[in-house]
Amino acid sequence: MTAEVVAIIGAGQAGFQTASSLRQEGFSGRIMLIGDEPALPYQRPPLSKSYLAGESGLDDLWLRPEAFYETQQIELVIGETVTAIDRPGRSLRLASGGEIACDHVVLAVGARFRPLVVPGAELDGVLPLRTLADADTLRERMTEAHEVVVVGAGFIGLEFAAVARAAGLAVNVLEVTNHPMGRVVSAQTSQFFTGAHIGWGSTISLGTGVARILGANRRVTAVETSDGRVLPADLVLVCIGVVPNAELARDAGLGVENGVVVDEYLATGAAEIAAIGDCANFPTRFASGRVRLESVQNGVDQARLVAARIAGKPAPYDKVPWFWSDQADLKLQIAGITVGHDAAVVRGDPQGGSFSVFCFRDGRLIGVESVNRPADHIVARRLLAGNPRLLPAQAADESFDLRAHAARKP
Amino acid sequence: MPNITYVHPDGARQVLDVPVGTSVMRGAILNGIDGIVAECGGEMMCATCHVYVDEAQLNRTPLQSDDEKAMLEFTASDRRPNSRLSCQLVVTPEMDGLVVHLPETQV
Repeated sequence: MTAEVVAIIGAGQAGFQTASSLRQEGFSGRIMLIGDEPALPYQRPPLSKSYLAGESGLDDLWLRPEAFYETQQIELVIGETVTAIDRPGRSLRLASGGEIACDHVVLAVGARFRPLVVPGAELDGVLPLRTLADADTLRERMTEAHEVVVVGAGFIGLEFAAVARAAGLAVNVLEVTNHPMGRVVSAQTSQFFTGAHIGWGSTISLGTGVARILGANRRVTAVETSDGRVLPADLVLVCIGVVPNAELARDAGLGVENGVVVDEYLATGAAEIAAIGDCANFPTRFASGRVRLESVQNGVDQARLVAARIAGKPAPYDKVPWFWSDQADLKLQIAGITVGHDAAVVRGDPQGGSFSVFCFRDGRLIGVESVNRPADHIVARRLLAGNPRLLPAQAADESFDLRAHAARKP
Repeated sequence: MPNITYVHPDGARQVLDVPVGTSVMRGAILNGIDGIVAECGGEMMCATCHVYVDEAQLNRTPLQSDDEKAMLEFTASDRRPNSRLSCQLVVTPEMDGLVVHLPETQV
């Protein structure tokens, strides 16, 4: 029997794409797209890049204009929180008191920022960056700030640091590990970006955490580091990762482990409930075991797959993951998942600011990190999708034709 | 405001006024034109805003960057000499009257 109502919980990029793809796939039932933020569905990546820098505005953020939802007959329910999934009753309970009856549920609930638990974290001027509202607050505060401390040197922290430096602020970055972006990139790429940020004038303290945040009149004035230094600050950005929003799934009795556990069709233990995007923990041949990925590509491709399945075209999920980050004039592009590599070779010239790191595990290419080298990135996506047989020596040899190699059959 | 014409694969034409400084991609998205996906939002990461520029008008469009050339290898429909990523076609007064053809598919 064809599903009549699909309720998509979460109106971020993955939720939006599910709704849009359902219509493209010819689904003719009701589509409810439910989001807890008050805004139209928007793109998150620019929040720490061009939007924060004031180079793009609200009109550039919307995934589609409001009229799109009307013409596509997508019922947009924004500023509303789903409090429970009633599986036997096939309905969702809403914070406003209502209920939504549905045949299919797509959990596209994303992740929320991980709070910093230290004394002083509640002071005014200690800010997160995850939502449009966060970005608006941060953008406003940056205009009056002089000294910024960034807690956590992941993608968001370093993208923010680059924007803040360009705006003329003094920037101190604290990172508890010894490798900025180390959860995602190789030591080579991590070191390169560390050097770049120092070159742009940021101070980066590795192996350094926050002991407490100091303030006066409830406003932040400084950060005391784990090694006892006191860094003056009138703005502190906390970006130490995210927590997947898995509570709805857990309360509904579904499997939860670093996100909502799904199978290769992105279905949870309940066939009528799917989970996609930042909140989903899925099996993939591009990693050893299961992963939960936080990226536009992952959200969008998983949304398309689930929409096709609901429309009657089921297929296992098998897309090459890719990611990007913009930091000042450096564009980092990652194909595959490089975590867990046991060998890495560099192609190109890090001194010249244009190179790729090819990462291998057990002699097999598992991912490529490219800095200002888009051609390598494209080849890497092709190689990983089809024929990842490549020797490290070939990858490192600039005279070896990677494009021709990628075009060969396995 | 410059006029941009979007031609669908079935020959249907849609004409839009796109403000100077806005990309041909964004113009399509904001006006709900099917056939431009733009999943990366104009970051040159996805090649899902592929268009074919009318061949007689190629000289009115900005030059391709190396990034765009690389990304054009990843289009879902055939790459042709007049293939462009519409996120890179930022509208100028000289582009008034530009005609772009949408490919069969973007993904």
